[in-house]
Amino acid sequence: MKSHVLRPLYVVLAIVAGIFLARPFIVPADFGVHESGYMYGWYRKGNEEDWKNFKIKFKTREYCKDCHPETYSSVMKSPHSIIHCENCHGLAADHPEDPAKLSVPRQREHCLRCHSALPYPSTGRASIRGIDPDEHNTGVECVSCHSPHSPVSNPPSPPFSKGGMGGFEGGGR
Amino acid sequence: MISRRDFLKFSLLAGTGIGLSGLTGKLIWAGGTASREGLRAPTISTASKKWVFLVDTYKCVGCGLCVRACKLENETPYDAPVTRTWVERYVVKKDGSVVADSPMGGRDGYLKNDPQGIIVPPDEIAKAFFVPKLCNQCTNPPCVQVCPVGATYRSPDGVVLVDRKWCIGCGYCIMACPYGVRFFHPVYKVAEKCNFCYHRIWNGMRPACVDACPFGARLIGDINDPSDPVANVIRTERVAVLKEEFGTKPNVYYLNFDSVVR
Repeated sequence: MKSHVLRPLYVVLAIVAGIFLARPFIVPADFGVHESGYMYGWYRKGNEEDWKNFKIKFKTREYCKDCHPETYSSVMKSPHSIIHCENCHGLAADHPEDPAKLSVPRQREHCLRCHSALPYPSTGRASIRGIDPDEHNTGVECVSCHSPHSPVSNPPSPPFSKGGMGGFEGGGR
Repeated sequence: MISRRDFLKFSLLAGTGIGLSGLTGKLIWAGGTASREGLRAPTISTASKKWVFLVDTYKCVGCGLCVRACKLENETPYDAPVTRTWVERYVVKKDGSVVADSPMGGRDGYLKNDPQGIIVPPDEIAKAFFVPKLCNQCTNPPCVQVCPVGATYRSPDGVVLVDRKWCIGCGYCIMACPYGVRFFHPVYKVAEKCNFCYHRIWNGMRPACVDACPFGARLIGDINDPSDPVANVIRTERVAVLKEEFGTKPNVYYLNFDSVVR
């Protein structure tokens, strides 16, 4: 049947058929409906593995302790034992290859994250020994008097007990 | 001029053609993807693990080390005003008014008593506290429903993930999230969100923010494990979720919650 009206229809039909024929080649085989059902589980399954293979950079103190045993044991005897090395020194990633050196923060701001006293009685902040940064030795680095690896020679009990509620006891599980 | 008889004949033919091509497509679809079993209504996952998160807002001191660790671990541009997790400060005054803020997501901690730049005299404060926020990994995630291309999904272990190769960056999910946890990744140009550090939890570690928190304010557990201490707190203690009225069924639980938290 020859008609200028019908010819575009054949073109459209050819395009639709082409899309359906090309689909299996373009869309990966693992794209489809998975365990979570049609509403929430329509995706490419291989992406779960992609995310599992993302690089771990925050290695926790377990990674540090073998090469830095003195610092490690000193910190672990102090109230600062609850803080992982990388919270101050930056992420270890592939240290010592990459990065070869980690940072040593000396700024007051770093210590003041916890030790700037705030009048907030309904938080744990109230039970941390804090100072008013505008009054206490302004302009002097905290580390020139206080050692962050051994902040007090005879430490009082830390503000939050270890363990309890699966807290920090199992650090770096 | 086309006759009525011819017109009806062609219409019928065209209709049959479209129907046939649709059927072929359906067959290709069924052959090319997973089984049609998946089309049934969503059911509770039987996966061995179902991740849940617990935040104790009393223990949070607002140091912001979790935000710092998250941004570094997950390669979120450090100085861009976007983050997968953040810490909010709420100061409730004795007259009932609330001042809340979260400068740079609390990345650098809270060094002064100046919510929104206003110094609040200590004797005017009724209560003040910090609330860490992150993706709630909802059981009914609105962000997943709106995705037009299947780039975001709920994995069998309950974590909502984004497929960076599949995302077209339309931003519907960012608008749909009632908690505002999604944002546009400035480098990859796709939707970005917290995924409980999927690479860590499935490789025997805890999320970076959980490890970074010195006070145990942030914990992760497996609700399908009867002996998991974190899951037991959620099962046996009084916990709350954010915006329960939205019906999203969050999997991030809060201890010591307060109704002023939004």
